[in-house]
Amino acid sequence: MEGAYMQALLGILFSAVLSENFILVKFYGICPFMGVSKKIDTALGMGMAVTFVMALASAACYGVNLVLEALELQYMQTVVFILVIASIVQVVEMFLKKSVPALYKALGVFLPLITTNCAVLGVALVNVQAGYDFLLSVVNGAAGGLGFTLAIVLFASIRERVDKSECPQAFKGFPIALITAGLMALAFMGFSGMKIF
Amino acid sequence: MKFKDHFKEGLLTKNPVTVQLLGMCSTLAITTSLFNGLGMGLAVTVILICSNVLISALRKVIPSQIRIAAYIVIIAGFVTIVDLLLQAYLQALSESLGVFIPLIVVNCIILGRAEAFASKNGVLASALDGLCQGFGYTVALVIVCVIRELLGSGTFGGGILNGGEGIRIIPEGFPAMQMVMPVGGFLVLGFVIAGSQWLMRRLERRNKKKEAV
Repeated sequence: MEGAYMQALLGILFSAVLSENFILVKFYGICPFMGVSKKIDTALGMGMAVTFVMALASAACYGVNLVLEALELQYMQTVVFILVIASIVQVVEMFLKKSVPALYKALGVFLPLITTNCAVLGVALVNVQAGYDFLLSVVNGAAGGLGFTLAIVLFASIRERVDKSECPQAFKGFPIALITAGLMALAFMGFSGMKIF
Repeated sequence: MKFKDHFKEGLLTKNPVTVQLLGMCSTLAITTSLFNGLGMGLAVTVILICSNVLISALRKVIPSQIRIAAYIVIIAGFVTIVDLLLQAYLQALSESLGVFIPLIVVNCIILGRAEAFASKNGVLASALDGLCQGFGYTVALVIVCVIRELLGSGTFGGGILNGGEGIRIIPEGFPAMQMVMPVGGFLVLGFVIAGSQWLMRRLERRNKKKEAV
């Protein structure tokens, strides 16, 4: 593989996980980030499920987009992509249920939620806009998912501790969680100065 | 339900952003200037009204097993229409909101109202519900925008007033840049939600006092 291509690949990998973290910098997928982050194990399960679906969706949407381009139907992107993602989620759910019951038990409850996770549709749209090829798209999807997992697991572990502390009545629940996330975003801003390549 | 009750629900007691915590992605991502907030709010309101009306009109035709998929297709259709219209007539807005316009498809407010309200109620009531919920969303967005813009860029009405530059309130060099960056989104929304919780508890207490008297 060429050096420049390799660099682009690693650049996408690092920026999607750290400096351009999908949740804390780009704000994709805040709903599950807030909703499924009360316990570390569920957060990890959600993160894994999202990573898996994001990589698959990036691959599938790359292919679908080629078809759309050939037919000059690019304006149908949003509609078609969301349908593709919804069917991928459905197929993954059925496949896991039949052949990997253990994994299904761990991820099952999170899968239906993923259809409306904007990280998945977001990565598919961003891949097309940036003009990534097949490999770069898949790497961007998977790395975005890893970034999501990293953020949600860290956040869940802080939240477990914060829930036990006292805080003003009006800030109980979501407000304090949002402020926690804000401080995490501040920490992740530190990565933005880091240019590896 | 009366218009007043709907309105109060959308604006305060069941506000999509501050109470139901739906559609957080766009709330956090694009609230950096008044222009963005108003534009996003209006786009979502229009889509919400249209999809509520259509879903409510079709509620007896759509089989319940595939209703979610059907809703998503309907919503995605309207989102595409709005996206193309914005690209054609309001290019500045379309550029500054970027990928968050197509992402309205997965904004849980719209799917949530479809499932919770439009699938069970008549066309007119659903349109009204869409209008009120959309209005509540817009108001919440605008509040977050105004605070973030003031603290972060020191201006008011960026993108609309004063030839797009906004009216400068805090002199240059003083505003905290971080407030228009991701950090500010989380912090300001946290404080806005805390404020609305405080306000609601106060109103509740006052109502109880009235009843006691």
